[in-house]
Amino acid sequence: MAGHSTATAAAPEPGAAGLSTAPAEDPSGPRGLGPVGWLRWTWRQLTSMRTALVLLFLLAIAAIPGSVFPQRTQNLPAVNDYLRDNPTWGPFMDRLGLFEVYGSAWFAAIYVLLFVSLVGCVLPRTVTHLRTLRQPPPPAPRLLGRLPEHRTTTADADPEQVLAQARQALRARRWRVRTGSDAVSGWVAAEKGYARETGNLLFHLALLGILVAVAVGSLFGFSGKVIVKTGSGFADTVSQYDEFSPGRLAGADQLPPFSMTLDAFHADYQRGGRQNGAPRSFEATVTSKETPDAAPVTTTVEVNEPLEVSGVRMYLTGHGYAPTFTIRDRSGQVVFHDTVVFLPQDGNFTSTGVVKVQDTDPPFALQGIFLPTAAIDEQRGPYSSFPAADNPAVFLAAWTGDLRLDTIPNVYRLDTTGMERVGIKALTPGQSWTVPQTGHRVSFDGFVEFGAFSVARDPGKLPALVASVLAVLGLALSLLVRRRRVWVRARRAADGSTVVEVAGLARSEHATVAGDLDTLVAALPGPDPGP
Amino acid sequence: MPVDLTLAQLSNELVYASMAAYACALVAFAACLAARPGRALEPAAAPAGALAAQGEGGVGTLTRVTSGPPAPPAPPASPGRRAGNIGLALTWLATLLLGGGVLLRGLSVSRPPFGNMYEFSIASALAISAAFLVLSLRRDLRFLGLFVTLPVLLTLGLAITVLYTDAEQLMPALQSYWLVIHVTLATICGGALCVAAALTVLYLVVDVGERRTRAGRAFRLAPLVDRLPSAARLDALSYRVTAFTFPLWTFTIIAGAIWAEAAWSRYWGWDPKEVWAFITWVAYAAYLHARATAGWKGRRAAYLGLVAFACFLFNYYGVNIFFSGLHSYSGL
Repeated sequence: MAGHSTATAAAPEPGAAGLSTAPAEDPSGPRGLGPVGWLRWTWRQLTSMRTALVLLFLLAIAAIPGSVFPQRTQNLPAVNDYLRDNPTWGPFMDRLGLFEVYGSAWFAAIYVLLFVSLVGCVLPRTVTHLRTLRQPPPPAPRLLGRLPEHRTTTADADPEQVLAQARQALRARRWRVRTGSDAVSGWVAAEKGYARETGNLLFHLALLGILVAVAVGSLFGFSGKVIVKTGSGFADTVSQYDEFSPGRLAGADQLPPFSMTLDAFHADYQRGGRQNGAPRSFEATVTSKETPDAAPVTTTVEVNEPLEVSGVRMYLTGHGYAPTFTIRDRSGQVVFHDTVVFLPQDGNFTSTGVVKVQDTDPPFALQGIFLPTAAIDEQRGPYSSFPAADNPAVFLAAWTGDLRLDTIPNVYRLDTTGMERVGIKALTPGQSWTVPQTGHRVSFDGFVEFGAFSVARDPGKLPALVASVLAVLGLALSLLVRRRRVWVRARRAADGSTVVEVAGLARSEHATVAGDLDTLVAALPGPDPGP
Repeated sequence: MPVDLTLAQLSNELVYASMAAYACALVAFAACLAARPGRALEPAAAPAGALAAQGEGGVGTLTRVTSGPPAPPAPPASPGRRAGNIGLALTWLATLLLGGGVLLRGLSVSRPPFGNMYEFSIASALAISAAFLVLSLRRDLRFLGLFVTLPVLLTLGLAITVLYTDAEQLMPALQSYWLVIHVTLATICGGALCVAAALTVLYLVVDVGERRTRAGRAFRLAPLVDRLPSAARLDALSYRVTAFTFPLWTFTIIAGAIWAEAAWSRYWGWDPKEVWAFITWVAYAAYLHARATAGWKGRRAAYLGLVAFACFLFNYYGVNIFFSGLHSYSGL
C-alpha cells in the first residue's frame, strides 16, 4: 500500500540530522561541472549555514574598530585631532575607512553578503514551509517502540475507540492530526509547533525589513544641527543650519517651512555634594509655527521630549552661553553690536569665542573666555567653577592685524599669526574697556543662554520600528515554540486487550516530547483498574 | 528632590548584609558539591529498566511502563543535599536583602535605581541571583549554586569598592520612563546570560572529563565532573537559558533605540555602547546558528557562547571605563 514507503521514509532518524529543520548541506565542491555548476555551487556555499556563521563572525569583528577609533559621523573634530596627532598612520587608516567604519565598503560588503546569504536561505525555506503548512503530518512509523521516546500501555477499550479518543485529545490541544491504518494497525499522527518555523522565517524577513527601513531613512531623511540664542529664531532653510546632512535622495527644497523662536532657556544644576555642578534639568520654552502664516504654538522642549513640528523633530542636545558685546571705534561710532555664541569647553561651561570686526580701522578682533562662575587660579588661569551664571565674567584679548576672513571662515576660531595683541582685560556685565592702542571701546552688555538643537526627519523610522517588533516576535516564536510529532498506534493483542503504543519525536533542538506523551497517555482510556 | 540619607545608608547596609549571606551561601554550596555523591554512586536506572523488561514480556500486568529516560530516583537525604538546601535558603535570604537594598536606593532618591554604575552593578547582581533562583524552582540546580554566588559576590564587591557612588539625582538625559524599561531589561538579560555562561563553563569541563574517561585517561578535575550533571544536560540547560534571553536582549536593544530616538534625535548612531550591544547580539546569534551547524555543535558552539558573554561583559565594564560616548553615566 501507498503508506508503506512513506511511512518508512518519514520515520525520522533519532540522530541530529533528523532533529534539525535546516536544509541539508553539501560540503563537497562541484565535480566537473561547467560554469552553471560553479555558480550553483557558489550560491549553495553562500547560502549555507556555515557561511552565514562566518559572515556573522566577520560582522562582529568588523564593528569593533568603530568603537575604538573616532568616527566622522559622530565626532568630526576628534577625527581631525587624531589625523593631526598621527601623521604617519592616520592617512593610511583613513584610506582603510577606519574613521567611517559603518559607511565603509568592507563593512557594507559583509552585511550585504550576509543578507544575500539570508535571502538565499530563507526564501527556499519559506516555500517549503508554506507547502508543509498545507500538508497533513506524515504517517506513523511502523515500529513506534524504536523511537527514543515512547510509551506502551494497555486499554480495555477497542483500538478504534482508543484512536478516536487520542485524536480528540490531540485536537483539543490544537495538534494537527491525521489518521490512517496500515498492515500493523490503525494510527493517529499529529504534529504541533509549526509557529517555530513561521517565527524563524518572520524574524529573518523582518531583519531584511529593518535593513530596507534604514536605507529609506538615510536616503530620504535629513538631519541638521543648529544653535539658537534665547530671543532669537530659526527658520527651516538650509542656510540657517550650522551643519546640514541631507539624505542622498532628499532634496533641500523639501524642508518643511516651519520656524521657531527660543523664548527662554532654563537649566538647573546640583549644588553641593560629590556631584556638585551636575546638570539636573534643561528646559527650553519654544514658540513654533508650522508655516509662516500658521498660529504660533508655545511648548517646552526637554532632553527626552523633542519638539514635533510638521513631520520634523527638533531635539535639545546641548546649551551654552552667548555674551553680548558693543564695540565703538575711536569716533564713538558703533562698529559691532551682537550676541556671540561661545562654545563650552568643560562641564562648568568655561566657554570660548571670537569677535571679528573687519570694517574698522585698524581691523579688530577679540578672543574671549566666558565664565559663568568666574574663578582664577595660578596654574589654570581663569576658569569657571560652576555651570550656572553665579558670577559671570569675560576675559578678553584684543588683537589687530589681518583677520584673513576669506581663508579662515570659522566663526569660533581666530588665527593670530601675523596679528598683534593689543591688550587683555577682564569684564563683568555692564563694564567697558577702551583698548589704548586702537582706540576701540568694548562694552560687555550682558549674556543670554543658547540651546543647541538637532533637527531630524527620518521616514524610515516607523517602518524600522514595525520591522523590529516583528523581528522580536518572530525570534520569540522561533526560540520558544517546540516543534514535535506524536504518533499513536492501537492494536488488539492475542489476549483480547488493546495494546496502545505512543511515541513522539522532538523536531527542534533540546525539545522533549516526554510531557506531551504523558499528557496524551493520561487522556487515553486506561487499563481496567481491577486486579 | 532631596536625597534621603537615612534610606541611602540603610540601602548600603542591606547590600553589605546580602554579601554576608551570599558568602555563607557560597560556603554551603561548596560543601554541597564536596559532599554530593558522585554520579557513579547514585542509584542507576535499574528500577526503570526492570519495569521495561516486565512490559516487554507482555505479561498482562497493568503497569504503565516507561522506557524513555528513567525517572530520577528519589535522592537519599545526604549531608550534601542538606548543605545544598541551606545554600539555597541563604541565597533566597541574600536575594531578598539585596532586593531591599536596590529598592531603598531608589526610594532614597525617589527615582529608579539605575543612575550610575554602582546602581547598575547591584541590580545586575540581583538579576544573576534571581535568574538562578527562578531556574532552581523547577529543577535541582544546587550544583550550580557555587558558580552563581561567586560572580554575584564579585559583582557586588566591585560595586561597593571601585564603583561606589553616593545616591544623587539623575542627569536630564536619564529622566525618562525608558530608563526603567531599557535598563531593567538589560539587567535581567545580564543575570540570565551570566547563569548561562556559568553552565557553559561547567559543560566544557564536564565534556573534557567525559571524553577523557571514555578514552581511559586521567582528568584532574574528575572529582568535580563526578559531582556535576552530564555534559548533555548542562549544554541543554545553558542553551535553553540563552535561547530564552536572546529575544529579550533583542528587545532591550530595540527599547534602547526607541529611547535614543527621543533623546538623541536618531535611533541608531553607532555610539560605543550601541556598537558593543550590536556585537554582543551578533555573537549570540552566531552561537545560536552554530548549534544548528554541522561541525560547530558542542564545544565550538560553547566557546562562541562564552565569547558572546565576554562581549556582554565588555559592553558593561569596558565601554563604560575605556570609551567615551553618549552612554557616559557610570559616575566614575
